[in-house]
Amino acid sequence: MFAGAPQYIVSGLTQGAAYGLIGLGFTMIFNTTGIINFAQGEFVMLGGMLSVCLLGAGLPLPLAIVAACLATAVIGGLMERLTIRPLAGAPAVNAVIITIGVSILLRGGAMLAFGKDTVALPAFSGVKPILALGAAIQPQSLWVLAVTLALLAALKLFFSATIQGKAMLACACQKKAASLVGISVARMALLSFAISGLIGATAGAILAPITMTAYDVGMMLGLKGFAACILGGLGNPFGAAAGGLLLGVLESFGAGYVASGYKDAFAFIVLLLLLFVKPSGLFGKAGVERV
Amino acid sequence: MPAANAVSPAPPAPLLDVCAATVRFGGIHALTEADFAIARGSVTALIGPNGAGKTTMLNAITGMVPLTSGDIRLDGADIAGLPPHKRAAAGVVRTFQNLEVFTSMSVLENVMAGRHALTRYTVAASILRTPGFRRAEAACREAALDCLEFVGLADEADTPAGDLPYGKQRLLEMARALAADPKLLLLDEPAAGLNSKETARLGDLIRAVCDRRHVTVGLVEHDMELVMAVSDHITVLHFGHPLAAGTPDAIQANPEVIKAYLGEDE
Amino acid sequence: MKRPILGQNAAQAVLFFALLLAVPYGLPNEYYLSICILGSLNAVIAVGLNLLMGYAGQVSLGHAAFYGLGAYATAICTTRFGLPIPVGMAAGVTLAAAVAWIVALPTLKLKGNYLAMATLGFGIIVSIVFNEAVDLTGGPSGFVGIPRLALFGHTFESDHGYYNLMAVVLTLVVLLALNLMKSRTGRALRALHVSEKAASSLGVDIAAHKRFVFVLSAALAGLAGVLYAHYLSFIAPASFGFSFSVQLVVMVVLGGMASVWGSVAGAFFLTALPEALREFEDIDILVYGAILVLTIMYLPDGLAGGIKRLSRKLRRTGVDDARS
Repeated sequence: MFAGAPQYIVSGLTQGAAYGLIGLGFTMIFNTTGIINFAQGEFVMLGGMLSVCLLGAGLPLPLAIVAACLATAVIGGLMERLTIRPLAGAPAVNAVIITIGVSILLRGGAMLAFGKDTVALPAFSGVKPILALGAAIQPQSLWVLAVTLALLAALKLFFSATIQGKAMLACACQKKAASLVGISVARMALLSFAISGLIGATAGAILAPITMTAYDVGMMLGLKGFAACILGGLGNPFGAAAGGLLLGVLESFGAGYVASGYKDAFAFIVLLLLLFVKPSGLFGKAGVERV
Repeated sequence: MPAANAVSPAPPAPLLDVCAATVRFGGIHALTEADFAIARGSVTALIGPNGAGKTTMLNAITGMVPLTSGDIRLDGADIAGLPPHKRAAAGVVRTFQNLEVFTSMSVLENVMAGRHALTRYTVAASILRTPGFRRAEAACREAALDCLEFVGLADEADTPAGDLPYGKQRLLEMARALAADPKLLLLDEPAAGLNSKETARLGDLIRAVCDRRHVTVGLVEHDMELVMAVSDHITVLHFGHPLAAGTPDAIQANPEVIKAYLGEDE
Repeated sequence: MKRPILGQNAAQAVLFFALLLAVPYGLPNEYYLSICILGSLNAVIAVGLNLLMGYAGQVSLGHAAFYGLGAYATAICTTRFGLPIPVGMAAGVTLAAAVAWIVALPTLKLKGNYLAMATLGFGIIVSIVFNEAVDLTGGPSGFVGIPRLALFGHTFESDHGYYNLMAVVLTLVVLLALNLMKSRTGRALRALHVSEKAASSLGVDIAAHKRFVFVLSAALAGLAGVLYAHYLSFIAPASFGFSFSVQLVVMVVLGGMASVWGSVAGAFFLTALPEALREFEDIDILVYGAILVLTIMYLPDGLAGGIKRLSRKLRRTGVDDARS
C-alpha cells in the first residue's frame, strides 16, 4: 500500500519548499500592505527564466542566479513604487486587480523577451541520484531544501535582529502605531515587495532544474503559494512555509496513490475543507475577522 | 440588592427582562449574573464606568454576542435563542456607538432599509414590479420619509448618507432604527461626538421617541447630564454586575454609585 | 404625482434594447457580430457577478466554474443523453444554481481574502474536473457536436438571429438586476455590504441574502454558459478556468462596482479589446495588461464611477457659476 512513500515524501517536500517560499513572499507583502499580490508567481517565473537567460549570455551559473534574483527584487520594488503606492486608499479589490494586471504584464514581457519555449536550468551539482531510505534523491532536491532552510533562517534573523525587520513586524501588527513611532510604512511596503521578489525568484531558480520553466508557469505556482499561506494561516510567514511543505507532500501522495491528473485539485480540496472548518489556518490565531 | 431599588416603584410587567445574564469571552467575565429590566413606555438608561459591560449588555440583548447563561425576555417571550435579525423582527432595534450608516446609499434608502422586516413582497414581485410591490414600496417610502421628518432630516432625503456630517449621521441612524417600528429602541452612546447643542436636541428627540411615538427606549450613555435629563429609570453596571437601579434622583444620591464613579475618575 | 406608463428602469431597458438591435446594422461584417454575441454573453455573467460583488460586496474568483457547469450540463444532456435542448438548458441553469446553493453556505461565512481563496479554489477544482473527467467532458481537447440552439421549432442558424436572441436575454437580465436592486432585497444587499452588524440589527437575514445573491449570480452565469454552448457548438475547459474568472471580475470592476450599466460596458469593452489589439500581434497581451493597470489606477471606481464624478463636477461648476 505505501510502496514508494519515501519517494513521494522527498518529491513532495521539494515541491512544497517552493510553495512555501512563494507563500512566504505573499505573507511578507500581505503583512505590510494588506494586499494579496497575484504577481507573486511571476517573480518565481522571472527567477527561473532570468537565470536561464543570463546563463545563456555567458555568466557562470551562481552569478546568473544571484543576478536574476536581485533583478527580480528590483522589479518587485518597482512594482510597488509604480503601481501599488499610487493606489493608497483604494478598495482592496482594486489592488488585487492591479497585481493581476502587473502579472499579465510580466508574463507578456517574459514571453516577448524569452520566447514561448520551456527551458531548464542545469542542476547545481549533477543529476546522479543519491539512494537513501528507499528513495532516490536528486541532488537538486537537497539544494532546494537547503536553500529554503537557509532563507528561512536568514528571515528569522532579519525579523529578530535587524531594525528593519523589527520595523516590518511592527507594521504587520499595527500600522498606525508603527507610523507613530517613526517607522516609514511606505518604505516597509517597498522593502517587502523587494524581499518578496528576491524570495520568489530564488524559489524559481532552485526549482527550475527539476520542474523546468517557461514564461507561463507563474500563475499556477502563485496560486499554490497563496494556498500555502492560507493553509498555514494568513499573516504568519513561517506558517506559510510549513503550509507549503504540507501542500507539496499532500499533492505528491494524491498524485501517486489516487490519480495524477487530479494532483492540482488535491491541494485545493484540502484547502477548502480547512477553510470551512478552521478558516484561520493550521497555525493561525483564532478569530479571522473580529467584530 | 442595593437600597436604591426600594425607592423606585417596581415596574409591573417590563417590556424587556434580562435575567442573570452572563457573558464570558475566553476567561473574561464581561457580564456576571446581570439583571436588567426596561419598563414599557419608559426611557431607561444603563450607565457605568468604562468597561462595566454596558455595550456587552446591548450586544447580548440584540443577539450580537451569545449569552453564556441567563435569560432574555421581550414581552414575556424568550428571545435569547434567536439570531439578531429575528430579534429585530420581534421588535428590538438598536443604533451603534461607532456609526454604522450605510454610506453607499442615500439617506432615504438607509431609512427604507430600516423597514426591511416590515416591507413584504416576493423577489418575483419586485422583479415584475407588480401592483402589490408598488403599493408596498410606496408605503415603505412614506413611512421612511415620516421618520426622516421626525428626526429633522427630511431635507436630506436624497443626499448620499456618507456625505452627511457626523451629527446628522447619528440622527439618520435613529431614523433608520425608528423606521423598523421597534417595540424597544436601544441607543448605544448616541451623544458620543456631539456638541452640547446637538446633545440637547438629541435629548428632546429621545423624549419625543418615547412620548410621541410610544417607543420604549433603552439608553447606554456617558453624558450624565443627558442621562439625568431624559431617563425615567437608571440601572448602574459595575464590573459586569448591576450596582444599583432607580430613578435619576435616587441614583445621584446613591453612595455606592458615587464611589464607583469617583473611584474611576469619571 | 402621475406615474409614467413605464418605470424608469423599464424605459432605460427599452432604449437599451433598441440600441442593441441597431448595432448589427453598423457592423462591417459577420465577424464583429460574433464578438457582439460573446460580449453580450459576458455581459450577462458580469451583471450577475456585479450583484454579488458590487452590491453585496462578496468577491468571487470562481465564477467561470458556473459558466462552465451550465455549458457542460447542456452539452452532455443534449448529446450523450439525447434530451431536447430546452431540457438541457434548464439542466444547465439548475446545475449551476444547485452547486452554488451547496457551496454557498460554508463559503459565504468567509470574508475578504479567505472568501477570495475559497471561491478561487472551488473554481480551480471544477476546471480540473472539466479537464480530467474525459469520459464525460471530452477532456482538454473539448466537447464537440453540441446542437445549435432550437427553441419552439425555430433554429437559430444565423449569427444575426442568435444576436437578436442575446439582445432579448441581456435586456431582460439587465431589467431584472435594475428592478431587484431597487427593492427591499437590493437595499438589504447593499446594506450588508457596508455593515453586516447594522443590517442584521434591522432584520436582514445575512446568510439567506448572501446565499440568494450567490445562487442568482451563479444561475445567470449558468444561463450564459448554456447559451454559449449552443452558440459555438464546441466547448473546451480552457474557456472556464481561473483566467476567465479573473476576467469577469475585471469586467465588473472596470465597469464600476454596483453599476449594472457599468458591468455591461465593462463586459463589451473587455471582450472587444483583445480583438482590437490583434493587430499588435505579440504585444497584445502587454497592452491588455497595461490598459488594465492604468484604468484601475486612474479610474478606481470604474467607467461608471468616472462618468458619475465627471457629471457631478460639471453640475457643481454649473452651480458655482450660477452663484457667482
